[in-house]
Amino acid sequence: MRSYLIAASIAIASVAAALAVGAIMLLALGANPIDGYKTMFTAAFGSADGLASTAVKAIPLMLVGVGICIAFRANVINIGGEGQMVVGGLLATSVALALPNAPAVVLLPLILCAGIIGGAFWGSIPGALKAHYNVSEILSTIMLNIVAVQLMNFLLRGPLIDPGEIERGTRIPQTARLPEAADLPMLSETLNLHSGILIAIAAAIGAWVLLWRTGLGFRLRSVGLNPAAARYAGIPVKRNIIIAMTLSGAMSGLAGAILVFGSESHRMVTDGSTMGFTGSAGFNGIVVALFGALHPLWTIPSSFLFGGMLVGANSLQRVAQVPSALIIALNGLIVVFVVSTEWHRKRLQNQVQTQASQKNENEQSASDHGNAKS
Amino acid sequence: MSDVITTTVIVATIASGIRLATPFLLASLGEAIGQRSGVLNLGVDGVMLLGAFASYYVVLETESIWLGVMTGILTGLLMGLFYAIITVPLRAEQGVSGIGIYLFGLGMSDLLFQKLVGTPLPIDQFSEWHVPLLSDIPVVGEMFFQHTPMVYIAFLLVPIIAFIINRTTFGLSIRAVGESPESADSLGVSVPKVRFATIMAGNALAGLAGAALAIELGIFQQNLTNAMGFIAIALVYFGAWRAPGVMAGSLVFGMVGAIVLQAKTLGLIPRSASDIAAMAPAVITILALIIVANRFRQPAALTKPYVRGD
Repeated sequence: MRSYLIAASIAIASVAAALAVGAIMLLALGANPIDGYKTMFTAAFGSADGLASTAVKAIPLMLVGVGICIAFRANVINIGGEGQMVVGGLLATSVALALPNAPAVVLLPLILCAGIIGGAFWGSIPGALKAHYNVSEILSTIMLNIVAVQLMNFLLRGPLIDPGEIERGTRIPQTARLPEAADLPMLSETLNLHSGILIAIAAAIGAWVLLWRTGLGFRLRSVGLNPAAARYAGIPVKRNIIIAMTLSGAMSGLAGAILVFGSESHRMVTDGSTMGFTGSAGFNGIVVALFGALHPLWTIPSSFLFGGMLVGANSLQRVAQVPSALIIALNGLIVVFVVSTEWHRKRLQNQVQTQASQKNENEQSASDHGNAKS
Repeated sequence: MSDVITTTVIVATIASGIRLATPFLLASLGEAIGQRSGVLNLGVDGVMLLGAFASYYVVLETESIWLGVMTGILTGLLMGLFYAIITVPLRAEQGVSGIGIYLFGLGMSDLLFQKLVGTPLPIDQFSEWHVPLLSDIPVVGEMFFQHTPMVYIAFLLVPIIAFIINRTTFGLSIRAVGESPESADSLGVSVPKVRFATIMAGNALAGLAGAALAIELGIFQQNLTNAMGFIAIALVYFGAWRAPGVMAGSLVFGMVGAIVLQAKTLGLIPRSASDIAAMAPAVITILALIIVANRFRQPAALTKPYVRGD
């Protein structure tokens, strides 16, 4: 239990450190840090409206973060969340465009599956390259992000473009209004909160069950902890690396599909960059997962916190003219602070655990001694 | 076809390929130095962005291009110091902390740009410097010896860095620390000192690469580099951690970019195909990674923090 306390206090200290740096930056930008943070907090968590926006921002972060947890547990670093979201979104969009008259009961599960399959496919490529050709997944995922965004630009400017855009000659790279049957059901029309949040939470719980309650999860974690021992125990390491990346990609792909069908315009749009579609969720999801100690269930509150920061940043931009890019910079610092303390956290936790087990052993031998006497 | 592709077009394409290769070359030379000492820096793109903004801003304010270049290098050095502290004494996981540096650079450069400049204003650019005598050679002179100073600096660094790494004691220390920090340590080489030096030098080059890009384009905007820094990292693998290999990789990328640009200007390919063509560098990189991963061995201690007595 004490080792959880150490993990939690270090995570909180990292955010406190990043917020302190943020406060200095706010001062430098001529804004009052206390007012600034108060504005952010009220905007994100102070009203039902704010909470709903926070939840919507949290969805892609949570899904990508859960995917990152799965990959990390198998000791694979998935930096391809951006590309996997794009491919998931594209496949789901194509399915919806191909079936304009399908009823919602058919179409909704189909588009979610399409998102999952698209992301899973895009994630399995770096997995296979790592397993079979020893290609660093860090590099291949980054390259596949670049390929995905060009694929999106090509498809949205060409084959998938709204025919209306061609007629009008405006040629904005976006699809037509997707079939209404594919709109994600709303939890609250007034708050603009759609059911994607339930899917994301279900996925997080599912990932936790998978990792800690199934044989597959056990094998993935064994491969992550000690591949040599896992191989010795007869666990196919290569196959599990591919599975980990595929599952991780599936989560990001689902996030991409939800981003399209939960959007207010109900179209897929590109501004030419990945960020324009994902809002950098593929990268920010890494921050969310790290902050949630790479545990799928902890990524739920973690994604709400970071979703809230995004909502808060937007209102800070309106109220105090502080560019919302501040949050991207702060997220970067949080990553740096969390990983810089990681090695020391592990050492502390090991110390605590050794002490605890020594204590146990002492008690054990004491009681053995007692038994022998009686 | 043959009347579209004239000698002039070919010469112009090769010259522009060399120009486009320059920021890649500077950044990936820097990354190679760090990796030879066993440190992976995934934050290159972020450092490039910060270097690009810093030099852009200084040129905008002072109208001195060289002062801008210096600021780019200085920014890189500072980021290098930051990254060295994180990865050497604090032993942070290098893959993830680099992404943190990237996000920091991406956000910070955008923030500063919006706050200090706002609307993109063009800055002065380097004028071309014709190498005496050599630039007068027909065709060859035009291709190789009529460039801006940054191009010459980048390509001159290739033999210099190769010499330092392969022929000097310090270079031997770098390689030793990257292959077997334990042995280097036992022979009295300070692993932390060598890594601080290589990380700072590598980041200084990333900052310089950003400066070269901003001054070449004469502009700054959000995410100016558009993942160039990440490609620069892949080029290190492409070039098998050697300066001439890195240069060859940068040139391939520069040439692909130049040919696509040229083909678009000449109307040889439609706009939609240019999106497909833009995938080429990334696809080539992945294929190259597959080949390299099985032919060349990466520095043995790459991404491994050194803990004495472990």
